[in-house]
Amino acid sequence: MSEIHNYTINFGPQHPATHGVLRLILELDGEVVQRADPHIGMLHRGTEKLAEERTWLQNLPYMDRLDYMSMLCNEHAYCRAVEKLLGIEVPLRAQYIRTMMDEVTRILSHLLWLGTHAIDLGGMTVTLYTFREREDLLDVYEAISGARMHAAYYRPGGVYRDLPDCMPQYETSRWKNAKRVEEFNRNRQGNLLDFLEDFTERFPSRHADYHTLLTDNRIWKQRVVNVGVVSPERAKQLGFTGPMLRGSGVAWDLRKKQPYAAYDKVDFDVPVGVTGDCYDRYLVRMEEMLQSNRIIRQCVAWLRQNPGPVITDNAKVAPPKRDGMHQNMEELIHHFKLFSEGMHVPAGEVYAATENPKGEFGIYLVSDGANKPYRMKIRSPGFAHLAGLREMAQGHMISDVVAIIGSLDIVFGEIDR
Amino acid sequence: MSAKLQTLRQNLEENLGGRVRSLVLDRGELTLQLAAADYLEVMQFLRDEPDFGFDQLIDLCGVDYAEHAGGASQHGRFAVVIHLLSTVQNTRLRIKLFIEDCDDLPRIASLCKIWPSADWYEREAFDLLGIVFVGHEDLRRILTDYDFSGHPLRKDFPVCGHVEMRYDPEQARVVYEPVSIIPRNNVPRVVREAAYGDQPDV
Repeated sequence: MSEIHNYTINFGPQHPATHGVLRLILELDGEVVQRADPHIGMLHRGTEKLAEERTWLQNLPYMDRLDYMSMLCNEHAYCRAVEKLLGIEVPLRAQYIRTMMDEVTRILSHLLWLGTHAIDLGGMTVTLYTFREREDLLDVYEAISGARMHAAYYRPGGVYRDLPDCMPQYETSRWKNAKRVEEFNRNRQGNLLDFLEDFTERFPSRHADYHTLLTDNRIWKQRVVNVGVVSPERAKQLGFTGPMLRGSGVAWDLRKKQPYAAYDKVDFDVPVGVTGDCYDRYLVRMEEMLQSNRIIRQCVAWLRQNPGPVITDNAKVAPPKRDGMHQNMEELIHHFKLFSEGMHVPAGEVYAATENPKGEFGIYLVSDGANKPYRMKIRSPGFAHLAGLREMAQGHMISDVVAIIGSLDIVFGEIDR
Repeated sequence: MSAKLQTLRQNLEENLGGRVRSLVLDRGELTLQLAAADYLEVMQFLRDEPDFGFDQLIDLCGVDYAEHAGGASQHGRFAVVIHLLSTVQNTRLRIKLFIEDCDDLPRIASLCKIWPSADWYEREAFDLLGIVFVGHEDLRRILTDYDFSGHPLRKDFPVCGHVEMRYDPEQARVVYEPVSIIPRNNVPRVVREAAYGDQPDV
């Protein structure tokens, strides 16, 4: 009988199931993975180095491009870090807007994760459904900031502008006649809050559809139950955060434990898994979407009642009002200095973290008092999760590796930075 | 939150005693500076002692203090900064460690045995700043290209880099050449003097 050796295969970086540009070197014994060695850095753009050359405000749009599935959450972490360094207060209305938009982002991110995870495991239909809901939420992004993905909407000290009074409308075209357009525009007649409220009313039933498609599906369960099990102790040791940690049964959520923005003023539950396998992580993320929906409803109700400023009036941080600038020399100078030289941030170092859809996203800033950061370190959740892949994949079949990667919910924008 | 940090601060002072090089509470965050000699021992203690219970190493990174406006640090050019999180006590702690009398090859002990999550973070700090973690079993580059040379986050490394890459149709492969772009900086780095504009800085 001939001797059988282990063999090594290269998986990615051009493979749809790697969610970007992951390259895996897999050492296989038959079809069983003996060793998985992830090679990352294919999307390394040097954000941390670039940040040292740009002003505090110029760095903000780079945050969108890190975890490009949870754009505003990244900005939130950066803004919180800068605000902490400056020691400024953010108006309450801005805090609520941030809370609401963070949760919109969470649903966006989880919907994309759900669709792609299902595609990886052979469930083609789910993506079509999740992208239907994503479309509505991307319209919300468009309405608040003008951009569907890279919003650059949060600013140190608040948010760029108040919520809009109207929603963008569909127009007739070769493919959509007037009747169809009217149908599309029906829930876009009011302001943004009306549109979002309408969304939150319809979302739970849509969410139930996803459950019907997957949760009790025999094929789905065969692919994810008891695959990639991580014990709670091990999950902590490996630096897991977010749904990865909660899937293993650790009730740890920064929104509850170290609340920021308006999270201590809204009511929501933190779902926790039991066994720590891919199925539990799936269930945790599914439930998180409904909880986000709840938070959005509460924020919408509060924002309707409470008008007010949305950005700090500290002219050394936020630009002055346009009409003031036309009349007042001092405000004109402030505006000029802010957008040429940029704001100055006192020397010191801070770490600010937010509960991103994927886990704890942190920004560590070192300032030496200049108009640019001295050093910025981005702590991305996916980096630690992917480092744990080696252990999680060991002893599983090669097809299970795809299920595990899907349940990690990795995005290379933040891992490679 | 701040009462909790005060308690943590007292506990650290009592338990670590002379091993504390400095302990600063600033902007609601506690920074503990250690000396390299006590490093591993203190870190192990912080993880295992139930009063502290720092069960998660959230982040580890290097900082190059070569051009810091506050003046070069008397402790050394490179620092390693670690962010610990205790999910039991719900506290955070920043550990800072300057690498003393380093030449071009700063060295420090590896934390992989204490927190397995340090593995990739140390590889990253090695890759980007050239800090060598002694005892790390697999210290390869992680983010940069396969045959990259230099450490990009060092302050003497230009933002535009040293080489650029293009596909050469004659050789039918990718070739590296010295960079052709000219470094450009539209907004100079400014640190204002202390009494700028007759008022304390914001």
